[in-house]
Amino acid sequence: MPSDFPTRAMMQGMAKFRGYRRAEPGTQPNHLHPTYVSSIKRAPAKPLVYLPHTLSETTGPSFDSSAIDAKASDLTRPGHGEPLGERIIVSGRVLDEDSRPVVHTLIEVWQANAAGRYRHNVDQHNAPLDPNFEGSGHTLTDENGNFRFITIRPGAYPWRNHYNAWRPAHIHFSVLGPAFATRLITQMYFPGDALLPFDPIFNCTGDDKARNRLIALFDWDTTVCEQALGYRFDIVLSGRDSTPWEK
Amino acid sequence: MSLQATTSQTVGPYFQIGLARFYVDDLTGPGVSGETIEIVARVFDGNGQPVPDGVIEIWQADATGKYAHPEFLQESKNIQETDGQAEEQGRGQSVFRGFGRVPTQADGSFRFKTIKPGRVEAPDGTLQAPHIAVSVFARGLLRRLVTRIYFPDEASNVEDFALKLVEAGRRHTLIAKRMPDGRLEWNVVLQGKDETVFFDC
Repeated sequence: MPSDFPTRAMMQGMAKFRGYRRAEPGTQPNHLHPTYVSSIKRAPAKPLVYLPHTLSETTGPSFDSSAIDAKASDLTRPGHGEPLGERIIVSGRVLDEDSRPVVHTLIEVWQANAAGRYRHNVDQHNAPLDPNFEGSGHTLTDENGNFRFITIRPGAYPWRNHYNAWRPAHIHFSVLGPAFATRLITQMYFPGDALLPFDPIFNCTGDDKARNRLIALFDWDTTVCEQALGYRFDIVLSGRDSTPWEK
Repeated sequence: MSLQATTSQTVGPYFQIGLARFYVDDLTGPGVSGETIEIVARVFDGNGQPVPDGVIEIWQADATGKYAHPEFLQESKNIQETDGQAEEQGRGQSVFRGFGRVPTQADGSFRFKTIKPGRVEAPDGTLQAPHIAVSVFARGLLRRLVTRIYFPDEASNVEDFALKLVEAGRRHTLIAKRMPDGRLEWNVVLQGKDETVFFDC
């Protein structure tokens, strides 16, 4: 075999099929998590079929800035007036597992208002809606993977998973990432929330380090004097396999 | 020391608030060539009850087997077709975005209008059968479920890279059925009898 084998062209061809890394065991939830009652009849019973990544998984959708409402990263943007609640700034970076920024990717967020009520017809919690708060926002990460939302701190709210169940305050995050394989939906929690130890969704993994990374950090650097507290929430997406797929 | 990917959490019951802006149920449009198809589907849980609060995303290549992805300008084997449309698309940026997202309805149903994708390469150098990659999110799912839609009467299914990984008796859960009116029916069964094949992706 010649010493320059595989050829550069072959390497480039193979690089297309470098997949994304699979989760470190224990860091992602199992589908069945019985204390989260809704998972019992919705989790697959059969084992997943391992799929080496193909182009269908290493490519993925993207949106350019023309699709984005530049004002949508400010969830407090005035309608008729300012929403009630504690104004906060949530910023962070989207990185891959090799600490490389994930640039220009779509982040969508949604959350309850300060009273713990979602603007959604299924939410019947008897807390008030806020006419000045929709609870949704989106943005693209910048060329360094940074994002920044202005919002209000969401309230805790009851749900019917078990007797006297309350969800800790959280903001839902959806991130497209660079590929179908990296698609992530997660939730951001707040430090010091007394409800965290009792929440089956937050406690969906046995790896306490992994789940504690879902808790934002209070951050003086992004706190704005006389304006808003800053919280920092970095999001990590799967990294690229270092070796190409081999048959 | 490498970082670890963030833990997934359920989309919950209120995703409509955050995800509705980028709902896309029709991937066709001016300049998109290919065979228009309509997929009608329902999602069921382990009790056979419809899942009325799920959200489905699809990702697919265009009719020539190209993905609208910046990183790869593929030289797919099957865009060497000589008809003018394929050549024209091969040269320029495809107008086909390849992304769809819809919520399920009260009866667990959802539908997409799109075009039948072309074949794209597999890692072993073969061409995959035409397929659509699917993510299923719902309350109760702490992680998304990943599956695929394949097409009926498609001879290339028998040699498909991913279908061959699935035991023969379960492959039918990934292949849509042609309805008398020409639309394609494809259901998602989250659990139980005829449970849909989901991939570790």
